[in-house]
Amino acid sequence: MAGKIMNKKHFLNHVAGQLGRERIMDTVERPEWKHQPQWNVLKDASQDELVDILKEQCKSIHTEVLETNKEQLSSTIQDMIKDNGGGQVVTWDDPRFQDFQVNLETQEDLNIHVWDPRLGDENIRITEQANLGITFSDITLAESGTVVLFSDAGKGRSVSLLPSTYIAIIPKNTIVPRMTQAAEMIEEKVANGEQVASCVNFISGPSNSADIEMNLIVGVHGPIKATYIIVDD
Amino acid sequence: MSMKIGAEKFDERVQEGLSDTFMRGAVSSAQTRFRNGRLNAAEELGGWEEWRNLGEEIRTHTLENIDYYLDLLSEKVAERGGHVYFAQTAEEANNYITNVVKKKEAKKIAKSKSMVSEEIGLNDALKDIGAEVVETDLGEWILQNDDVDPPSHIVTPALHKNREQIREVFHDKLGYSKTDKPEELALFAREKLREEFLDADIGITGCNFAVADTGTVTLVTNEGNARMVTSLPDTQITVMGMERVAPTWNDMEVLVSLLTRAAVGQKLTSYITSLTGVKEEDDVDGPEEFHLVIVDNGRSKILGTEFQSALHCIRCAACINVCPVYRHIGGHAYGSIYPGPIGAVLTPLLGGYEDHKELPYASSLCGACTEACPVKIPLHELLIRHREKIVEEKGEAPVFENISMKAFGMGTASPTMYNIGTKLAPKVMKPMVKDEVISKGVGPLKSWTTARDFPAPGKQRFRDWYKKRQREES
Ligand code: SF4
Repeated sequence: MAGKIMNKKHFLNHVAGQLGRERIMDTVERPEWKHQPQWNVLKDASQDELVDILKEQCKSIHTEVLETNKEQLSSTIQDMIKDNGGGQVVTWDDPRFQDFQVNLETQEDLNIHVWDPRLGDENIRITEQANLGITFSDITLAESGTVVLFSDAGKGRSVSLLPSTYIAIIPKNTIVPRMTQAAEMIEEKVANGEQVASCVNFISGPSNSADIEMNLIVGVHGPIKATYIIVDD
Repeated sequence: MSMKIGAEKFDERVQEGLSDTFMRGAVSSAQTRFRNGRLNAAEELGGWEEWRNLGEEIRTHTLENIDYYLDLLSEKVAERGGHVYFAQTAEEANNYITNVVKKKEAKKIAKSKSMVSEEIGLNDALKDIGAEVVETDLGEWILQNDDVDPPSHIVTPALHKNREQIREVFHDKLGYSKTDKPEELALFAREKLREEFLDADIGITGCNFAVADTGTVTLVTNEGNARMVTSLPDTQITVMGMERVAPTWNDMEVLVSLLTRAAVGQKLTSYITSLTGVKEEDDVDGPEEFHLVIVDNGRSKILGTEFQSALHCIRCAACINVCPVYRHIGGHAYGSIYPGPIGAVLTPLLGGYEDHKELPYASSLCGACTEACPVKIPLHELLIRHREKIVEEKGEAPVFENISMKAFGMGTASPTMYNIGTKLAPKVMKPMVKDEVISKGVGPLKSWTTARDFPAPGKQRFRDWYKKRQREES
């Protein structure tokens, strides 16, 4: 259902008046910017170079990086879970787990909850108590060590936020140079008539704060620890 | 709280700032750290000047067409089920928001950092209707628990407080019993605030940038509290200054890159969260109800004037972090929630000369701010224009000018600064050029004797000067 817009005409007429003209009623063409340095960053980097840049950047954002292949992914994740003390694990309901032959639910020694929209708020309650949250990355930014997550029914926002440890699985082909490419991909989708997800998160490592005497504290409201697993596909 | 903080006079606040040795140390080391971060990040990015040019281009175009982009933004938000309210005044904004709160019968409101909500005094308005407001940004939460101590920096609001003071606040107000280790303090805050997030009926956020072509609100944070505030409560209210709009995701992306680098020297902050409308039908977390409140509150007065570029500001605080005057007097002395050079430009525009006429004089006109600004706002030129206008209107400079320029230790520090100034604004600058001698340790200068001079030679580029100064220090 469409929302309401209130007080617009009066407000915008006044704004236009201040600018000394009538309100703009036609479409404004956004000009081609004269300066576009954003496209030059890591322009010629190969996919392997991007992986190296991503790994290097993760060192400065307190994020551990593991590399594995499709065959090993499932056992790598299981080891990760055990290394982090086990306990409740929450994952997205995401077909890529199947594609990558990761089947955690059948493991008896693991306590896995798969995000299930039919359960409503129960998902949040479980996730809030969880030790680990696991998602795939939808787009990965090498320069800043960022995983980009699009929310969806099976892809709850809380999975990467509420548990103490967050694990992102990064298929190698999702890695692009920087946020520039991610923004462009989103604009292309929109131009094709798709809707942008209600929540797009750009996540770079664990949560942190410098609010107490400028000391970096890792883990304030969100995860205390973040790990990326890069999968060669 | 509104934009104006404290009832004391400007020179009293300056004195207070000067005599707070911890605050001064904290400010100067924060400045150094922020600035190092920014310079490194800028260097790494490469072509920083190109980036700044792009930032300026985007902001200039957007502000020139702001009615168009706000219109588009509101249509897109509504398409995605969000309500949009255009508020010309602080009062209109507060009325709208308090009405939503009343209608929802909300008791508890979790808030993530928002400068504009401070500016309009939203917390007080909410308290007046009996709602409990919890600030969830760590720095803001500390200040809130300390009987609403005002923020002193726009990125790290509790910069003026040391860990013992924070421990004391937690102990006295919240029964905290552990040490003053930052990690322990933060863990305590994490536990306390988790309860609040889960308990809150409404989340209120600010907005770093709103993307017009998809109706998307983008929040730039490190702690994760803005994510909590927009994931857990059923209702989300976002308050934005009307100038915070960007045409597309591509433009938002550039502005975010400029902001995170200029603000903290990070490539990106831990969380950039882009939210569009209400949650989708099968989504579990996210708001069912979303309100975007677009606030004018004096901004439109600046449009179409020679000060229009002040609205390009992306609130990165880079100008604050390089400002020698801020370094001396700290954030509270400005008497505004917007301190530093941008505060000295913006506050008189939003709040009028009458209350804030001293602020344009709280500057040495060294130009470091202008050089630091990622969207190339000519800050020190705007300060000079303010001074000219004050002289035009009042027929004379405020009496304060005499003490201020001396008190800031700038009087004799660097004659070249005055040459820059004199060239641009002879009639304002003249009296100060005459005034070349200051005697340390007298009157308002007493507490300055522990202050280090911070001359910024006019001809050197700021960065060269800064590197040189660093070498001298080490
Ligand atoms: S004026 Fe420029 S440097 Fe200062 S806060 Fe605004 S954008 Fe940053």
